Amino acid sequence: MADPQRAMSFAGMPETNPETKPYWDGCAAGKLLVRRCLSCGKPHHYPRALCPFCFSDRLDWIEASGKGIVYSFSVMQRAEIRYAIAYVTLAEGPTMMTNIVDCDFDRLRIGMDVVLRFAPSEGGLPLPVFTPA
Amino acid sequence: MGLKGKACIAGAFEHPTRKAPDKSVAQLHAECAKGALADAGLTKDDVDGYFCAGDAPGMGPLSMVDYLNLKLRHVDATDIGGGSYLLLVAHAAEAIAAGRCNVALITLAGRPRSEGMATGTAPRLGNPAQPDLQFEYPYAPTLVNMYAMCARRHMYEYGTTSEQLAWIKVAASQHAQYNEHALLRDVVTVEQVVASPLVASPLHRLDCCVITDGGGALLVVKPDIARSLQRPLVSVIGAGEAVKGQSGGEVDLTYTAARWSGPAAFAMAGVTPADIKYASIYDSFTITVLLQIEDLGFCAKGEGGRFVADGNLISGVGRLPFNTDGGGLCNNHPANRGGITKVIEAVRQLRGEAHPKVQVPNCDLALAHGTGGSLGTRHGAATLILERG
Repeated sequence: MADPQRAMSFAGMPETNPETKPYWDGCAAGKLLVRRCLSCGKPHHYPRALCPFCFSDRLDWIEASGKGIVYSFSVMQRAEIRYAIAYVTLAEGPTMMTNIVDCDFDRLRIGMDVVLRFAPSEGGLPLPVFTPA
Repeated sequence: MGLKGKACIAGAFEHPTRKAPDKSVAQLHAECAKGALADAGLTKDDVDGYFCAGDAPGMGPLSMVDYLNLKLRHVDATDIGGGSYLLLVAHAAEAIAAGRCNVALITLAGRPRSEGMATGTAPRLGNPAQPDLQFEYPYAPTLVNMYAMCARRHMYEYGTTSEQLAWIKVAASQHAQYNEHALLRDVVTVEQVVASPLVASPLHRLDCCVITDGGGALLVVKPDIARSLQRPLVSVIGAGEAVKGQSGGEVDLTYTAARWSGPAAFAMAGVTPADIKYASIYDSFTITVLLQIEDLGFCAKGEGGRFVADGNLISGVGRLPFNTDGGGLCNNHPANRGGITKVIEAVRQLRGEAHPKVQVPNCDLALAHGTGGSLGTRHGAATLILERG
């Protein structure tokens, strides 16, 4: 049986800034965007205005396929509602911090195929999360 | 710049308190400073350099320098989290070598236990401008679940087990039983560690360090001043520092920045891991120790689980006596920052002043290593090599 969903929150902090607004606009439109460098060709996460590999300021955004693999995870037991935090490696390359949702946390494994979902946050933007494929 | 012959640690003091609801944070800093000066046989007026990190209340060093009423020639407040104080020892030694000060005071203090802080289990909201925050905070990263992901990945890649991690806590508890000030003095078994409640899988309650009030202080001084004092000499002979993060999304949780700070410190000192008689190794969690032991070169990457098992970290039993004060896992983790106690116990060992039950015979070369921030996201590391004499 799937574990219940913890409420996710930005706790009132600014969710976006001019540098990251396209990423969050993408989330609002149901798309996960990955920043890619047009000079060295490498994608990265979290998104920056300058490529963290070559400092080029020539970058674009690509839409992620939504496919990923669990790199590592932990189920937080000391919480009102237990939740699964994870690093997921996207098919596009970068590994991102996220939550795994809508599943039985006891069945999670490293290497498991997962797919993108969006989950609402309290009073804020939808967040990219993943669920077993 | 090499550090051999440039600076000594002449004073070291660990505050005996583990819960201080009746004291202020600034007061604890001052009591630690006084304790280290008494240990060295120096006075407040001898101090001409002051070093602190993020636990010091106020802007950088300003409030504490004013509160302590120090007249200084040099200050430094580099913060890399819990391991800052090892880095500050190196920076103090460099400042002394450069002639910028002669007697450098380093203090740490805090009261997370009295304040009821959920140190490891609650997400922390940082500076809103922190660039990573919006991509992490909503997912509720905490200290424990971040280190837990490191443990899980190491288990996946190398077959490390919870029982092997438990041996690290067992060794710390074997040492803590002799420390009258240790928060946890009961010896525990591997079975007790793995049977303790999961906090964030796969880490159990007994894989986590203690939460304590208190603090510590160190005095790093010019060698001719150290020689004029009535204390055994302890010299700083090697130092290294490094920072590791998520590498733009090329995340690898199986190693730490000790992979870089360790070899730099060994190279500067001209010694190897096999020469080390005693090691203070940062122990916020059991997995912290295991990763750093590998990265510092005490065993090959992936061999840490087998290395720490069967009491290999217990003084008088194993090859690498570690954290003979009981460490952060059992003794003390003041202000949620274990770096200064790592240096203090290494100094005790080199002076021959550790508890007789855990004193390493003829301990003439020690390593102290600290980490700060979170191994699961971004962290700093600092390694010191210290020599008797």
